[in-house]
Amino acid sequence: MGALTEQISLTRAAAPARRKPGGIGDGLFRAASYASALLVLLVLFGILASIAYGGWPAFAEFGPGFITSSAWNIGQEQYGAFVAIVGTLASAVLALLIGVPLSLGIAVYLTQLCPGWARKPVAMTIELLASVPSIIYGMWGLFIFAPLFARFVQMPVSNLVEGMPVVGTLFYARVPSGVGILTAGIILAIMIVPFVASITRDMLDQIPTVLRESAYGIGCTTWEVVRHVLVPQASVSIIGAIMLGLGRALGETMAVTFVIGNANRLSASVFDPGSTIASRIANEFNEADGLQLNALMALGCILFVITFVVLIVARLLVRRVKVA
Amino acid sequence: MDAINTLAPPAPPLRKSRVRSGRRVADRLLVGACTLATLIGIVVLGSILAMLIIEGVKGFSPLLFTEPTPGPGSEGGGIANAILGSLVMTVLGILVATPVGVMAGTFLAEYGRHSKLADLIRFLNDILLSAPSILIGLFVYTLMVRPMGSYSGWAGAVALAIIATPVIVRTTEDMLRLVPATLREAGAALGAPPSKVITAITWRGASAGIVTGIILALARIAGETAPLLFTALNNNSWFSPNLMGGVPNLPVMIYQFALSPYANWQQLAWAGALLITITILALSIVARFVIKPQRAR
Repeated sequence: MGALTEQISLTRAAAPARRKPGGIGDGLFRAASYASALLVLLVLFGILASIAYGGWPAFAEFGPGFITSSAWNIGQEQYGAFVAIVGTLASAVLALLIGVPLSLGIAVYLTQLCPGWARKPVAMTIELLASVPSIIYGMWGLFIFAPLFARFVQMPVSNLVEGMPVVGTLFYARVPSGVGILTAGIILAIMIVPFVASITRDMLDQIPTVLRESAYGIGCTTWEVVRHVLVPQASVSIIGAIMLGLGRALGETMAVTFVIGNANRLSASVFDPGSTIASRIANEFNEADGLQLNALMALGCILFVITFVVLIVARLLVRRVKVA
Repeated sequence: MDAINTLAPPAPPLRKSRVRSGRRVADRLLVGACTLATLIGIVVLGSILAMLIIEGVKGFSPLLFTEPTPGPGSEGGGIANAILGSLVMTVLGILVATPVGVMAGTFLAEYGRHSKLADLIRFLNDILLSAPSILIGLFVYTLMVRPMGSYSGWAGAVALAIIATPVIVRTTEDMLRLVPATLREAGAALGAPPSKVITAITWRGASAGIVTGIILALARIAGETAPLLFTALNNNSWFSPNLMGGVPNLPVMIYQFALSPYANWQQLAWAGALLITITILALSIVARFVIKPQRAR
């Protein structure tokens, strides 16, 4: 080895006239690739900077009250983010409550239960759900799902719970139109399922087969294998996948705009219309100017902070497992 | 044996299985619930497709591809201008995103590797990958629409490029990492400079995967609506070739027409929705088949 190194250094010394391989083209290529990578960095900070810049007048005008106020009065120029923030969080949490069990079920089905021949087509069908554009989910939600939901869920449930304490307010639809926070939650749930399911499936697939087989070998049922072997092994990354789904649900725009009803009011019932930050922006942005535009940008700023915190946590959780 | 049998209390009746019933029930429930969850997923996709086909086919005619979108209240019309506008912006977006994305992915896989900067960029790229597209729309609005004083197709294309880039960065990096290091070393040993090794060996080895990334990015941006709402908007005429002013495009057209009171507008929205969904699903399926030989190798 020593001799070899010596020989190489000798060769180098002997040919000083030869230019560095590649020369200027090589340097350019490297610089271009470096610059492209930096551009990614720049875009992310650009997004934050531009939205903060646009929203600043609203934050300056209303102060911290912008977050806690539920006013949204275009005529009187009074703006507050509270209703939209609550709507965003509520619809996203509902999406998780419905979407996570569905996703885990699908992941377990695909990795443990599905007969071999059906695995690929079923997995592909679920993954195709991820490529359906969000606006199509909106149309499906509004024109197909909402009428069915109003007829077979909202009306019977409202009639049933009317007058009862707590559930009587939580599940009572004043106008059973099918649109509302819960409908948005359900549509969002369907939209996050392919993402959460496919990450969970990958994680379950990574667990060594020996572990599974030894559990079956001592007589465990599928449920016990899932509950005591697979889930503990993959739990951190499953939580990461769920957070990733949450990040998507929080920022989803078009589908929610179709089905949430776009009302600026705080309601105790999940059947009532509301609005999210994204749906508010999508609805009003094109007609807005002056302070309203700033208030919408400020809403965007809040959305940025919420989603990015969620996404950062999600990526850290998913990554940690992949490295380990 | 017989003796024991007669002595035993009247048959702890031959259990159907050796598994305690509580465990069996839990197991059956799991199997049922998982199968049901998967069925729900399949039924939803099926019902979306059925809805699009039933509603969309009604409005299908050759006029779709020759006539521009009609004004409010006027009869007939097609979606030719929206199709063309979408094509132009999507292609422009991909043309910008491909070199940037491939080069950035190359930096992460070949030059940066595990440097602190590369780790940071990789992390932020993953975040950008799932960032709400509406925020990207707001960014491009502030960056381009406001200073230029008008909605434009350029702004729309830039917004789409920003959404497509992280997809391409990620797949390019992943695919380049699959190329064995020995190939690079062999190239370097022949005296090829790094840029030559990358372009002639690693890129070539990973080409199918990189193309897949680009197709996936294409599928991703083809249906994006929210960012176009603030950048390209929409209008009902043929766009001017300089792409200034509102540029008609399918997603925003679908959004505006689907919620409009005019029957022919709604019909056009359905036709557009069918067209765009089929295109995107086809792209996603094609991407899967391009990547296949790569994995098998």
